[in-house]
Amino acid sequence: MKELFRSSFVIARRDFAAIIFSKAFFFFLLGPLFPLAIGLGAGSLGEQMARDIDQPNIAVLLASDEAIALMAANERLSAQIGAGRLPTFTVIDQQGDSAAQVASLLGSDGKKSSDTKYIAVLSGSFGKPVLTGAAQDVMRWQGEIGLLISTAQTAVDSAPVQVQTQIIADSEGAKEKSQLLTAQAGQVVLFLLTMLLAGMVLSNLVEEKTNKIIEILAAAVPIDAIFLGKLFAMLGMAFIGIAVWITVGAAAIELFGPGLPSLPVPEIGWPLFLVLAFLYFAMAYLLLGSLFLGIGAMATTVREVQTLSMPVTMAQLLVFGLAAYAVTKLGEPIELFTAFFPFSSPFAMLARAAQMDNIWQHLLALGWQIMWAFIIVRISAGIFKRNVMKSGGQKRGFFKRMFSRPAKVG
Amino acid sequence: MSLNAIEARGLVKYFDDFCAVDGIDLTVPKGSIFGILGPNGAGKTTMLRMLLGIIDPDEGTRKLLGSERPLSVARQVGYLPEERGLYQSMKAYDAIAFMGALRGLPLKTGRIQGRQLLEENGLGAAADKEVRMLSKGMAQTVQLLGTIVHDPKLIVLDEPFSGLDALNQGKLEKLIRKQAEQGVTVIFSTHVIAHAERLCEEIAIIAGGKVPFHGKVSTARDRLRPQVRLETRNNEGPWRAALPADCEREGSFWHFTLPETGVEPLLKALIDGEAGIESLSIERPGLHDAFVAIAGEAAAKEMTSNGDMPQREAA
Repeated sequence: MKELFRSSFVIARRDFAAIIFSKAFFFFLLGPLFPLAIGLGAGSLGEQMARDIDQPNIAVLLASDEAIALMAANERLSAQIGAGRLPTFTVIDQQGDSAAQVASLLGSDGKKSSDTKYIAVLSGSFGKPVLTGAAQDVMRWQGEIGLLISTAQTAVDSAPVQVQTQIIADSEGAKEKSQLLTAQAGQVVLFLLTMLLAGMVLSNLVEEKTNKIIEILAAAVPIDAIFLGKLFAMLGMAFIGIAVWITVGAAAIELFGPGLPSLPVPEIGWPLFLVLAFLYFAMAYLLLGSLFLGIGAMATTVREVQTLSMPVTMAQLLVFGLAAYAVTKLGEPIELFTAFFPFSSPFAMLARAAQMDNIWQHLLALGWQIMWAFIIVRISAGIFKRNVMKSGGQKRGFFKRMFSRPAKVG
Repeated sequence: MSLNAIEARGLVKYFDDFCAVDGIDLTVPKGSIFGILGPNGAGKTTMLRMLLGIIDPDEGTRKLLGSERPLSVARQVGYLPEERGLYQSMKAYDAIAFMGALRGLPLKTGRIQGRQLLEENGLGAAADKEVRMLSKGMAQTVQLLGTIVHDPKLIVLDEPFSGLDALNQGKLEKLIRKQAEQGVTVIFSTHVIAHAERLCEEIAIIAGGKVPFHGKVSTARDRLRPQVRLETRNNEGPWRAALPADCEREGSFWHFTLPETGVEPLLKALIDGEAGIESLSIERPGLHDAFVAIAGEAAAKEMTSNGDMPQREAA
């Protein structure tokens, strides 16, 4: 065992140094910036659009005293319930025929003018208000406008009733619901990181095979050590990447977004939850990585690896989908299955950490997952040794290499 | 304590239905230079891979430096595979150190020794160059140095001379001899008989996955009788009775196997029978002839002559 880890360390050290000191690693670190930039861009665009849609402009075509009272009521009500919940009002001077002016303001008279920016027009009087506009806009705002007119008709100095509040730590129902959010967020982050990093090991043995180094390695150290070394090198690289991203992300939040919403406290507490998240990431990575390394090792060319990456990503999605589905079914058979099934176990257990405060189950789960990671490495190494590390045999396809048994003497 | 570096009994390896190695027995004495001769596809590489534990035999047993688990003695073994390979982005001295580290040599020591070995072999200037910047011959030398950097007790070289020019082949032969002088067992496969003839004390000939001969080079040669090349002035005469029935004539020359009675009775019969001897030479068979006789003409034809096929030695 000592020799196995020593050999793994030699392989891991070489791979780790080769990755970290390559130019490509810099681009790897920049990787999350791209989806982040796209997300921020799309988010701000969406926010602008939402603002435009949710805060429409309504023209007020009322007698001047009523218009003033309405605007004052708008101000008071906005202070009470929030400005974003009411439309913007623009007071328009009444001119001649009211019906024609309404049609002109809405552009329904067939003439295009710069004034046709209103989604509706409030005309008539407080006693008999008329809201003209498209069906969906009228129905959307009719209640708020009724409330505004009522407020405008009450005395200006009447202050809103003050509601006394009683704050408790958290209701059990709300707590469970909010911790579910933490569980789901934890799973999503774990999945994204695993998908981003574990898939990379698919192509990890291609260099050795194309450079013919694999035979030198296989003659000197056990195949298991080669597999383990490669996994640990990539895990080390993943940790460096995550550390850099967390540091940059924390600095960015400190600088630009201190008011970001925070997640509810997990049942097990933040410090332990973060430690477990770290461990479960390592486990998810080792479990999926060892499987992918084994599958990728069967591939002889970069093209075969590329072909494999799609089904592998789909398989990851399937595992995540299973864990995500089970997260709301704590203690039910499907959730227990995801906790036991090696590939979904880290996801399910992280969700459990957010919702349950037992520590022992995590110790058991980590042991279980480590055991499976080693089993998968051993099986993958065995298949690799049997089906790839042999010379002189017939050239066979990927699936035959994967599943064939060596011929025996008859 | 075994006196043999390698002991293999009844090794069999199938690839699907193809039998690559068919019941090979092999014994390599410690401290010897041992050659494995055979044409391409004879099973040399498969046998070496089995001996080193890279692949497992379907049948048979093997012992490497006394251990049935070859990887357990990997620190004492150096291996240069037929398909050369190095990490392209590594520096030459680091590549040597890495190969040493795989076999238990501390990286720091490996780096120092790597530089030293490169210096000793005239590649000191290339020590800090990345492997991708080296010529094929230089890269091959780097890999060879990586094979010996950890001072192994057994060195296994699979087709070490292929791809090397004559100058580097000479250097490699020198290096192999030097290792053997230090008590290291060197086993190498080749399809160029001349290298084996110059270097080896013992050989194994492999053909069709079997070992038809295993022993000393001289024993292989002694399997064949010396050949006589006779030139006479007279074409006919009583001296003709001294020639064996299967002798061949080529102009004024006669070729035949030296009779078991030896050269003296033959010479007497030729002189007494008035052959008019112009020249007579007795040629001891070379390893190539022995190989042809043992492995067959077809196998011999597959062997690369490489322009340096050994000539028969004149007696």
